[in-house]
Amino acid sequence: MKLPRRLTALIAAATVSIVLAACAGAPGSGAGAASGTGGSTSGAGEAKPTGTLTVFAAASLKATFTKLAAEFEAANPGTKVALSFAGSSDLVTQISQGAPADVIASADTKNMAKLADAGLLDGPARNFATNVLAIAVPPANPASIASFADLARPGVRVVVCAGQVPCGAAAAAVEKSTGVTLKPVSEESSVTDVLGKVTSGEADAGLVYVTDVKTAGDKVKGIPFAEAGQAVNTYPIATVGASKNKDLAAAFVALVTGAAGKKVLGDAGFGTK
Amino acid sequence: MRHGYQGIPRWIYVLAAAGAVFVLLPLAAVVAKVNWPQFLPLVTSESSLTALGLSLRTAAASTALCIVLGVPLALVLARGQFRGQRLLRSFVLLPLVLPPVVGGIALLYTFGRQGLLGRSLELAGIQIAFSTTAVVLAQTFVALPFLVVSLEGALRSAGSRYEAVAATLGARPTTVLRRVTLPLVLPGLASGAVLSFARSLGEFGATLTFAGSLQGVTRTLPLEIYLQRETDADAAVALSLLLVAVAVAVVGLSYRGPGAAAARGSGAAPRTPRAGSAEPALEPVAR
Amino acid sequence: MSVRINAAIAARGFDVSVTLAPGETLAVLGPNGAGKSTLLSVMAGLLRPDTGSGEVDGRVLFQLGAGANTWTAPHRRGTALLAQEPLLFPHLSVLDNVAFGPRSAGVGKVASRETARRWLAEVDAAELASRRPGELSGGQAQRVAVARALAADPDVLLLDEPMAALDIHAAPLLRRLLKRVLAGRRAVIVTHDILDAYMLADRVIVLEEGRITEEGPVREVLRRPRSRFAAGLAGLNLVAGTVTAAGVRSAEGLEFAGQHDDPLVPGQAGVAAFPPSAVSVFLSEAHGSPRNSFRVRLTDLEPHGDQIRVRAGDLSADITPAASADLGLAPGLEAYFVVKAAAVSIYPA
Repeated sequence: MKLPRRLTALIAAATVSIVLAACAGAPGSGAGAASGTGGSTSGAGEAKPTGTLTVFAAASLKATFTKLAAEFEAANPGTKVALSFAGSSDLVTQISQGAPADVIASADTKNMAKLADAGLLDGPARNFATNVLAIAVPPANPASIASFADLARPGVRVVVCAGQVPCGAAAAAVEKSTGVTLKPVSEESSVTDVLGKVTSGEADAGLVYVTDVKTAGDKVKGIPFAEAGQAVNTYPIATVGASKNKDLAAAFVALVTGAAGKKVLGDAGFGTK
Repeated sequence: MRHGYQGIPRWIYVLAAAGAVFVLLPLAAVVAKVNWPQFLPLVTSESSLTALGLSLRTAAASTALCIVLGVPLALVLARGQFRGQRLLRSFVLLPLVLPPVVGGIALLYTFGRQGLLGRSLELAGIQIAFSTTAVVLAQTFVALPFLVVSLEGALRSAGSRYEAVAATLGARPTTVLRRVTLPLVLPGLASGAVLSFARSLGEFGATLTFAGSLQGVTRTLPLEIYLQRETDADAAVALSLLLVAVAVAVVGLSYRGPGAAAARGSGAAPRTPRAGSAEPALEPVAR
Repeated sequence: MSVRINAAIAARGFDVSVTLAPGETLAVLGPNGAGKSTLLSVMAGLLRPDTGSGEVDGRVLFQLGAGANTWTAPHRRGTALLAQEPLLFPHLSVLDNVAFGPRSAGVGKVASRETARRWLAEVDAAELASRRPGELSGGQAQRVAVARALAADPDVLLLDEPMAALDIHAAPLLRRLLKRVLAGRRAVIVTHDILDAYMLADRVIVLEEGRITEEGPVREVLRRPRSRFAAGLAGLNLVAGTVTAAGVRSAEGLEFAGQHDDPLVPGQAGVAAFPPSAVSVFLSEAHGSPRNSFRVRLTDLEPHGDQIRVRAGDLSADITPAASADLGLAPGLEAYFVVKAAAVSIYPA
């Protein structure tokens, strides 16, 4: 009886440690962030911030924020930025459930407002970039799309985002203001899925953000259209209220909203006015 | 029977209970999270019902396709003797371990507009991408191994002795298949079909990648849940529960059905191996 | 010859030629692993030999090797197989099991069932027609399996130890049934049991290590065994005759009392079997036992292991050399064979 009991305890202990280890390795590694905290709070006010910063950012910010994080680490030796990218609503849900993020950058103001309303932010959110829609077509442009109205031509296979996600809401706004009604063959739940359908050649055209067209390089051709200005998407950034490293978080927000941030974001196609 | 020796150490029950809790607790969490006053309106909304209907229809079609393609595959794998048989089995089972997204990508490059077959199909005026057919193909792709595995197991445990007897009684191979083989493995076929149906019902990744998402055409219940989660967590939870309920109903129903049938079958055909029968003529014969 | 088979399988060291005359039943005897079932599998078309040929009434079953490659599928051979286990299709009723052969031959449902009823009656199983195989006893199931095989109207009936899986009560019943239905029918029966060969077959072959080591009429082989296996079997004393209230009376009028599992029906044919080791030899009828003491004339004495086998016609006794010397046994001498009733088995035929 003794041995099995000891064995049971062993297995239980092993299980727990495996689970813990897995958690520590998860995006936004909470354990790492907490351990870095001591250094920054115990030091004098003007001491250089150190430690790990966990940044949750919308998927469309992947390229720019990866670059900015590297710049931030270079400018602040001793710091490390852990990035976690996902759909804005996913990020908001995760933070509401207690995910250990220090900074949140969302692709729309609506999702950020949810956090603000719940009192989960440290101070107000700051808008740092805008994004507008563009038409993405395969490089050969098989359906000869030249304008937004072309998308409504019969036989053109258009893919858009579903109305429930920000890019779909933007598309709906453009449709409404132009009076052009699209008959999409698919309403995807993310920009990535829309882009995927265009790059694979399944769709003749897709409505995505200008920044997505830039990121995709020569796999798709971007066709900007004036009506896109009817639905401008605004990106807000904020420090999370539960952050244990608010100095570092504030420094990162300052970088994103400052000149360095404007440069990187502007290069990627974002509006940074 | 009930009071016989079990041979299970007591501590195993502790771990078994942990396993059961691990599976049941998340389900209970979903139930706890459901906004009950809004439950009915949420699951009976037009988009929900459309998605549920589409899911049931496509899963049924996929199951039918799995039977048409999977029964011959299982027969060939269980009874055939040819080079590359093991290799074929490994490949047929591949979708079991493949991430569904990978399946979706593979299907895209097969049946997509630019795909291996898609180009010819396109010329013939058949468009698969973004159609309900694409959903059925994606579901069949991921569900087929379930039917093949379960039927091949049934065929192997049934053995080929009944079939050999039937042949010596003058039955042509097709007659043997129809009147002996298939009736004998019916429980295995049924449970394989149910597993395929359940897997089809839950298919998400391959459908998303390959078929797209459009209400009434390609947006099945899992895709609807994924989308609703963006804006309306309550709706997503309610639909999740609906999907769980359908899955439990299907699996529960079938596991009672074939289980009883299997018990009847084995009772009718005692296959006790006998000592001293060194070389009965009906033992499966190796070449 | 109406059936001619010769087949070789190198990997199993199997190389056998058999022929079967019209209406002849052939018994195949031999130790485990000798290739008895292999022979049936080859005949039934379930196993492909490396080389060889086979035909039934001029119809080619197979012709393999030396450039020839003809192979008739099992269902076109007319060789119904009856195995150790009945293997009744569990999902069909008894009637439909028996009707399976005719149905497969293209006969209509009604006519097939009619045929099936006839054969069920033939094996005394008419009342089982509507049962499921799962509801039958082992003996009943095997009887139905016999009816099913016969209903397929096979050119050759192949039986693979049909009694081996039956209990001691069911076996004699089936043996009697087989004796009835095999009479005048072309069949090959694989068996362990010398009694089966004796009662059911016209001719016997003995297989050892994939080769035929002995062949001939059953009585002949038992009387003058040349193979080791047949010699082992041949020791058994078998006396055919008529069943009486207590045992079997031979044609010469000798009465053998013994043990029996079946109720004995006087007047029936039967066999008494007992090993030579159970037989004692006396010079006079000293013990006054009225039964199982027979006056015989010795024909032969030969060493048998560390004993002496004393033969008197078809009967033999094993005694120690010392006893033989004490009694002064020699061929031509008159003596008495005495065997205890407990050592004699009576089989109604």
